[in-house]
Amino acid sequence: METLIIMLIGILVAVATYLILSRNIIRIILGTAVFSHAVHLLILTMGGLKQGNVPLLKEADAPYADALPQALILTAIVISFAVTAFILVLAYRTYQDVGTEDLDELRGPKNE
Amino acid sequence: MKTLKINDVILRTISRIVVFIILTFGVYLFLSGHNTPGGGFIGGLVLASAIVLLYLSTDIETVQKSLPLDFKYVAATGVLLATSTGFGSLLFGVPFMSQTFAYFDLPIFGKTELTTVTLFEAGVALTVVGVLVTIILSISEDGG
Amino acid sequence: MNNLIVLPLIIPIMVGIILVFLRPYVKLQRAISLITMIGITGVSVFVLNRVQTDGIIRLDFAGWQPPFGILFVADSFAMLLVLTASIVTAICLIYAFSSIGDKHEKMYFYPFVLFLVAGVNGSFLTGDLFNLFVCFEVMLLASYVLITLGGTKPQLRESIKYVVINVLASWFFLVALAYLYGTVGTLNMAHISERVAEEGQGPLLTTISILFLIVFSLKAGLLLFFWLPGSYSVPPTAVAALFGALLTKVGIYALFRTFTLIFYHDPLISQTLIGIMAGITLIVGCIGAIAFKDVRLIVSYNVVIAVGFILIGLAVGTETSIAGSIYYIIHDMIAKAMLFLLAGTMIYLTGKSKIDEMSGLIRNYPLFGWMFFLVTCSLAGIPPLSGFVGKILVGQGAIESGSYILLGLAFISSIVVLYSLLRIFLNTIFGETIISLEDEKPMKMGMIIPIVLFGIATISLGLGAEFISGYVADAAHTLSNPSVYIDAVMGGDK
Repeated sequence: METLIIMLIGILVAVATYLILSRNIIRIILGTAVFSHAVHLLILTMGGLKQGNVPLLKEADAPYADALPQALILTAIVISFAVTAFILVLAYRTYQDVGTEDLDELRGPKNE
Repeated sequence: MKTLKINDVILRTISRIVVFIILTFGVYLFLSGHNTPGGGFIGGLVLASAIVLLYLSTDIETVQKSLPLDFKYVAATGVLLATSTGFGSLLFGVPFMSQTFAYFDLPIFGKTELTTVTLFEAGVALTVVGVLVTIILSISEDGG
Repeated sequence: MNNLIVLPLIIPIMVGIILVFLRPYVKLQRAISLITMIGITGVSVFVLNRVQTDGIIRLDFAGWQPPFGILFVADSFAMLLVLTASIVTAICLIYAFSSIGDKHEKMYFYPFVLFLVAGVNGSFLTGDLFNLFVCFEVMLLASYVLITLGGTKPQLRESIKYVVINVLASWFFLVALAYLYGTVGTLNMAHISERVAEEGQGPLLTTISILFLIVFSLKAGLLLFFWLPGSYSVPPTAVAALFGALLTKVGIYALFRTFTLIFYHDPLISQTLIGIMAGITLIVGCIGAIAFKDVRLIVSYNVVIAVGFILIGLAVGTETSIAGSIYYIIHDMIAKAMLFLLAGTMIYLTGKSKIDEMSGLIRNYPLFGWMFFLVTCSLAGIPPLSGFVGKILVGQGAIESGSYILLGLAFISSIVVLYSLLRIFLNTIFGETIISLEDEKPMKMGMIIPIVLFGIATISLGLGAEFISGYVADAAHTLSNPSVYIDAVMGGDK
């Protein structure tokens, strides 16, 4: 089961890398979003994928699911939500001001 | 050229009912976060999506008249509530962010467990609602 | 009262939120933010002295014992950096009062500066790797907003690149954390250190350590500093000074902490690889500092040179060189902030940014000119100013361990720093005065006072090096002997 998820993570990272290396800002942002999904899956896989019960004291004998990666993923999702929202508004504002979405034209003056 | 007006009768009719369903679901998710999946963040997201649905089906001025809140201040209030829950434990001499709970006998609900974690989650939910609606509003206001 | 060490994180956040509500009252915002930073400075001094008498102070959040809970650990290294960061922010805030402009101040400038400081202090104080990630993100989000505030075209251009690179670095940090959690099963720094020491640093852990090296190098500007010159030359002066003094130092702190506490078993990574990266950073930074004519770019490349020098101290690895690096970090935070403020003031006064278009400022603004000379000597390491002690100790450590190449590079870089700053000085401050006395802009008191305050700080840091040597020696001792840190965290209740 872990092998399957790791292969899925690999595919997501490949897609994310392809998107991040493109010229259009919106595609770059989409690439970072896909990469964040891959990283969250990775954290979940690293915690161990198994059938488990809730990690409460009264169910102490049964194998329990590891709660820590889930907390890490929740925090990471919140942070990525804030950052993605910010960078989307930034890209929108840049498009309004500079008039282009193409990264090549955003390079700056030639002699800098 | 005349712009075609989009016929959004279905959206407006449905959203009158659906907004309340979404709001109820959001409150349920928020309150059940202590023992089952849920909590402040996802409760806040669902509540914010209800408000955004209101903005989509009617226009900004109508919603601004009925909900006269500046959502930046809602977000700030949320962060203040969450951090003062952690800070308040400093005043009692226990380590930062200690939580406590107790059982109370309430009139309708019977024996319920009330905890300070819910205050913290309320702060998180308010922050999420404030941030999300501020972002949606700031993109839509100059886009038109 | 262990709760005291969480104050440098929580007070700026709460005060920042209160300032959001006080949006129209700019003067009140200024007063409150300055008082907060001075208060945090006072708290840091108090805690630093407590650490000398009581040992490393530990605060477990919500009472959960380590290794199960999140915790803050205040040792001398962290508290020295928190103290210096608070002093630098307070003085940069004084500069911002008169230079940042009303539009910025009404657009929540002071809350975001306070959030930045909260993230920086949290990163210095935390004892848990995931909490380090969260505090990094708080600091980075505040920095994204600060670098874009103002919305001019160069700012928007550079900020997209800065944001995308830092977002990618954050995800790599998470990947490294995920692998580390999968391998050792815990996120508490002291506990990870124990487990890595038990199992031995095999190939898997070495790979993870390289991943951490890449992430922190992206943040610190070690070899992967391609984003630095662009991003540090576009924001307003006070913001650029805060960035140059604080942000790279957080990356450097993370590098020091992971490679002396957790991954210190394999000298191939922690010494040779970092040594090579630091050496290349020094060489390229030196070339950059001499090549450009824009004063902001020269100053940004000086930041790069400083990062390379500090990491030579880590790469050499003896206790003397680590003490030298700690001295140098403190000196660099103060001197770089001063240098950024001077460069920004120069651009404000003359309206130009290239050094061959400005000349003769010594006649118009004599105090300003001599302050620039002071910071040149300080950064070049001339005694009795503050750079001298750090350079001597790093050099001594390099001689002790026989790394003569790094020693040579470090001292050549000092000469290049002196040359690049002297070039600015001779071109812009000496020479024929081209601005006549009627045309000159009056120097605002609010701009020259913080520069003079920084000058006093660097002189007193140099003359008073003996006074802080106790704290620095304690910090270097803790970094060189990880068991001190581990015992304080894992070893029973306090």
